Parts: sequence; structure tokens; C-alpha cells
Amino acid sequence: MDLNLTPDELQFRDELRSWLATNIPKDWNEWREKPIEESFPYLRAWQRKLQEGRWAAVSWPKEYAGRSATLMQQALFWEEMARVEAPPMANSLGLGLIGPTIIAHGTEAQKQRFIPQILSAEEIWCQGFSEPNAGSDLAGLQTQAVLHGDHYVVNGQKVWTSYGWVGDWCELVVRTDPAAAKHKGLTVLLVDMKSPGVEVRPLRQMTGESEFNELFFRDVRVPAENVLGKVNDGWNVAMSTLMYERGSYGARLHLIFKRYITRLIELAQSIQRNGRPAAQDPIIRQKLAQCSAEIEIMRFNQMRAFSRLTATGVPGPEGSIQKIFWSELNQRLQQIAQEILGPYGQLLGGDPRAIDNGMWSYAYLRTRGNTIEAGTSEVQRNIIGHFVLGLPRSY
Amino acid sequence: MQFGLSESQEFLKDSARKFFAGECPTAEMRRLMETDTAYDAALWSKLTDQGYTGIIFPEAYGGVGLGKVELMLLMEEAGRALLPGPFFSTVVLAGSVLDAVASPAHKQKYLAPICRGEARSTVAILEANASWNPRDVQLTASSGKLTGEKYFVSDAAIADFIIVVARNGVFVLSAKAPGLKISPMPAMDLTRKLYVVEFNNTPAEEIGATTNLERAFDVATAALSAELVGGMQRTLDITVEYAKTRKQFGKPIGTFQAVQHQCADMYLETESSRSAVYYAGWALEENSPDATTAVSIAKMYASDAARTVGNRGIQIHGGMGFTWENDVHLYYRRAKGSETAFGDATFHRERIAAKVVDSAAIDSGTVTAKSA
Repeated sequence: MDLNLTPDELQFRDELRSWLATNIPKDWNEWREKPIEESFPYLRAWQRKLQEGRWAAVSWPKEYAGRSATLMQQALFWEEMARVEAPPMANSLGLGLIGPTIIAHGTEAQKQRFIPQILSAEEIWCQGFSEPNAGSDLAGLQTQAVLHGDHYVVNGQKVWTSYGWVGDWCELVVRTDPAAAKHKGLTVLLVDMKSPGVEVRPLRQMTGESEFNELFFRDVRVPAENVLGKVNDGWNVAMSTLMYERGSYGARLHLIFKRYITRLIELAQSIQRNGRPAAQDPIIRQKLAQCSAEIEIMRFNQMRAFSRLTATGVPGPEGSIQKIFWSELNQRLQQIAQEILGPYGQLLGGDPRAIDNGMWSYAYLRTRGNTIEAGTSEVQRNIIGHFVLGLPRSY
Repeated sequence: MQFGLSESQEFLKDSARKFFAGECPTAEMRRLMETDTAYDAALWSKLTDQGYTGIIFPEAYGGVGLGKVELMLLMEEAGRALLPGPFFSTVVLAGSVLDAVASPAHKQKYLAPICRGEARSTVAILEANASWNPRDVQLTASSGKLTGEKYFVSDAAIADFIIVVARNGVFVLSAKAPGLKISPMPAMDLTRKLYVVEFNNTPAEEIGATTNLERAFDVATAALSAELVGGMQRTLDITVEYAKTRKQFGKPIGTFQAVQHQCADMYLETESSRSAVYYAGWALEENSPDATTAVSIAKMYASDAARTVGNRGIQIHGGMGFTWENDVHLYYRRAKGSETAFGDATFHRERIAAKVVDSAAIDSGTVTAKSA
């Protein structure tokens, strides 16, 4: 056990730090609160800049313009990006999830065709996984693809699609063999979102905004060469994408949560409670301390998981611990924020009396989604129960 | 960065697990807990042969000179076996206090016999006010003599010498010292006995100032948290095994999500405690500036988690979990004793708050709605 950075890790971090020092955009603060539709060209430009420095996809193999970064280096990358408050990259799903899946399962022609455009943010990717009747039970999905000669005809509906509104391509999971067992009859198709019959609608969520879309497919023709991996092996291809979802990206959460709690402590020092600052109220102190401690434990858990993954090579079910831990912690953090802010906690952005321009009311609502998106807490506990502890399947 | 165990650390942990399973199996642990002191001389000499009695102490005093992470691993395995007797009191607590406060001569006199397995000891800290804040100690030595009483002193009846924390210094006295009276305080944990220790004009030798005690208590607190992790792991293992085999409604109860999700939470709580404990061990070993906070984080989390893991373990066992015959309650009893020892979660949360809530320098960066 040695928690000091190795010379390689230090060099990686220092090289990134010095690159960021000269290349980080100075005007991000003017953009960050704007709707993503407006800031998207800005985010594309930022990704291109990162790509020029070979920083857009550090985890990718060197032959695909990545850096073959170790998991610990990837964690450092996200930490540094959070530290300098860098803008997100436009093609975050393409870089983080779909690109790696294409590199792992794609044909040479698919890699040549798609990888460069993912890196340059010229083609934005979205994911067509969940359906109205297939959420946690993803394998029960019903979107159908029927082979007609050299192309598939796709019919069905997807939901909770991030970047659907701007997506050029979609990693779409479809049912190609309705007679097979539900996990066995799925296939992943790479679908051009400009194909006739694709319709994208915004999905308004409880925060009032629309981060996600619904996708409708009506007789959409997809060339058979756009199958990713093998026909009817889509479950395995889709699962490898979901494993990447629980990878090193979480490393940035430590800094982000730390910023939240630090700001909250600062507020607690000025907000009065029973004639003294809330930060001197013994119960508030207990809650702030508990939350601060858990933010550190989240990082310790992550570091241990990264070390274990580095030893074993593949992301595994231990990612479920991280997912439960950060999502439930974020909810507890926002609940404490509400207790400290009192009636002010409910004010929306735009009200001049709202604290931090309504960030806390937004975050309180938004964090309810954290224990649902990317695998509900219940599914994560099923994964731990069955795959980690070896209990019988419950479903 | 490598937050996993090295090969030699894995080896130490693995051999400790095998050693405790072989030399102190459940039947032996249950036999010892029914005795007056839960001490066994033969087991102690085997612990000594393994080098465990001198694990973190300098070779100059007969120790093995390993680090704090290694101590965490050993204590984790001792906790898994629910090792009865004065190992924590003697080696971890008295040993660390001597290591932190005593002069080389006093270390030769008191620490070396501990390392060599020749002496048992403990540290008397709490008084009737049961405060873990060292400032609340009232007992004061006068002309080298002590008069007063200490409560909740672990393993005092088997100690050859007792280390006493007084207002004006740290003292040692022999178990045979005049005016010393030791009487049991029967408590939940049967494997680590507690005592009232009374002094009446009892001569005591000063071995150092109280100023360095905090460091020794931090080591003991982290080690106790590690012991809790081992107990949690054992409780989890026993419970999962039961959930796989116990059948109701025609299937193993572990098939039901109401049971399975409790097991998943036990796992999450155990692993998170383990991460916090290993980090605390590393921070202590490296003399990291956040070591004290890291210890508080570990003790805070493990104290609450051990109780919760025990609650869940008993509940999942149903009626069986409420029987004397089932082992889970023995870990649950130990967990309660360890939860309050060296400050419970509330105590450590306040210690954390004093560091993070009261810190003047706040550099929060930008917080915005979209940052997470």
C-alpha cells in the first residue's frame, strides 16, 4: 500500500496541469449557466482543443489517439479537470462509453469510420438503451429490428436518451430474435440519427429542464454492416458499455462534493440559527461532519477499487458500491443543505433572494435522479447480492 | 498510487487469519469468554511466537518494527476471530502509550517485556464522568502517589502493570502495588473484561507527560476500528451463509430482495469501514497532516457501521439470531464496547467538525447547479 503518486503518475499529472494552465478557456463562467443548446458549439471547440493536446480520450489506446492511461491516471485526469473547473466535453458519451465499446467490439471498418469523428466531436453520440417498458429490466426491451436483405428495419421507442437532441449517431440496442431467451436475442446497431423515421422529442424532467430525450423509430433502415459485435450478442456488448459507465469518471465527484460541502459550511457560518451561526449548532455540526467524512470515504473506496481494477484488468461488480455510495451521499448532502438554508432552500434561480442563484433547490430535486439513473440503487444492491455475495438471483 | 495491500501485507493478513482460525477457533473463544479474565497463557505464548506482541515496536525493545497498516491488518483478523483477552489492552494500547511517552529506559523496563510476551498491561483513562476528552481527567498524582478511581479499564485483572493517565502525567504501577483494588464491571462484551481500578495512596512511577498521549490514542483508536472491520466481515460472512441455506416459502431466504439488500448494505458498510481504516493506518504511518482526522473518520464510520451490520445480521437470522448459541450476538456485544471506547461516532463527528467546520480558510471554488 502506497498512496503516494508514482513517478509516472506525477509526470502524467504535471504534464496535464501545465497543458491546462495555458489552454483552459478563461470565459467558461460566462457560458456554464446557459442552456446546453447555446453552449454546445463552445463545448465542441473545447473538446477539439483537448484532442489537439491528445487529452480528449486518455484511456484509449495510443493507436486511437489516446494515451493508454492507467486507471489511476484516468482518475487523475478527471480530478484535474474538476480542479480547474474545466467545461465538459461535447461528446462525453462517445468518448467515455461508446468509443471504447466500438474499439472493443467493432470491425476495423467501423473503427476507421467512427473513431476519428468521435474524437473530433464532429459526430456526437447518444445511447438508445432504456425503453418505457424496459428500465431496470433492460433485457426486456422491445424495439425490434428485422433483417431485410442488406439492412435492418427498426421499429420502437427509447427513453432517457442524453444528447438525443444533438446526436448524429446512436448506439441502439434492439431485439433481433424474438424467439430467443430475452438476453440472447439482442443486437447492438450503430444508427445514423438522420435516417428517415427517427424522431427526437425532449423529455421534461422534475427539475423543469430537459436533459434527456425520447427517441421514436418508425421503419428506420440500418445497413447490416452497422451491427456492433455479433448478431444476437448485443447483451454482452451493451453490458461492456455499462461497465465503462461506472469507471474512473467518478474520481471527479470527490472534488465536486467537496466544493458543495465547503460552500455549505461557509453558508452555515453566516446563517443564523437560534441566535448563533448554524455552524455552531451542535446538530448541524454533526451532520456536516458526517457528510464531510463520507465524502472522504467515497474517495478511499474509489482509490481501493481503482487499485483492485488495475490488478484484475476489467471493471466488475464492485462499481456498484461506488454508485450506491455517491448517489445516496449526494442526496444526504442536499438534504443537509436544505436544513441549513431553511425557507431559502426552496427558492428558484432568478429570485434575487435565492442563495447561490437557486443552485440548492435545483440540486435537491436533481439528486433524486442520482439513485435512478445509470442503474437504480435497487439494481445495484441486486448486483452486490448476487455477483459479489453469491446470493441466489432474486428475479 | 497503490491502495491495495502489498504482497507482504497480504501474507501477514493471510497468515494471521489462519493463525487465529487454528489457535483460537470459535469453541476456544467461547470457552475463554466464560472465564474470569478471558486470558489464556498458552495462546499468549503463541501470539508472542508469531511476533504479534511486538508488531509495531522498535527492534531495540524486542519488537518487529512493522508499520501501522500492518497493525490494522492484524487487528482486523483478530477482530474476525473475536480474539479474547488482553491483546488490545496490552500491545495496542499500553504498548502505544509507552512507545509515545516513555523514555528509552522506561521502554526497556516496560515495553520490552510486552514485546517479549512476558507482561500483560492496560491503560486506565476514564473516570466516573466517562469522558474521552483528556482534559476531563481529574486524578492527580501527589508526591508519586495516586488516590482515586478509574472506570472501564479493560483487562486490568490480568495486567502485570497498569498505566494510569493523571492530570499531571502518565504513571505506571505494579499490579501488586499497595492500596490498589481491582473489581469487575460486568459489561456486554464477554471477551474483553472491564474493571474499576481504585488507588489509595498507591505508589506510581511517572513515565512521561500527557502531551504525547493523543498520538498513542490515535493508533489505538484506528486499531480498534480495524478490529471492528474484522467483526463486521465475520458477521457478514455468517449472515450470507445463513441466507443461502435457510429456507422459507420453499426457497433460500437470500433469494428475497428484502434480505438480499440488507446483505448488500452490510457489504457496503463493511467495505467502506475497511477503506477508512486502511487510510487511517497509512496516514498514521506517514505522519500525514490529516492523520488525526483520518482516525476520527474511521472510528466514526466503523462505530456506526458495526452496530448497523450487527442489527442487520441478527434480523436476517430471525429467531436463530436471538439465541445465545448463534455467534452474531458475541460480535454485536464486542461492537458495543468498541463503539464507545475512545469516543463514539458523535464524539468523533465533533472532532471532525472542529477541523472542517471551524476552519477559517475556505476556498470553495465555483459551485453551480450543473457541476455534478
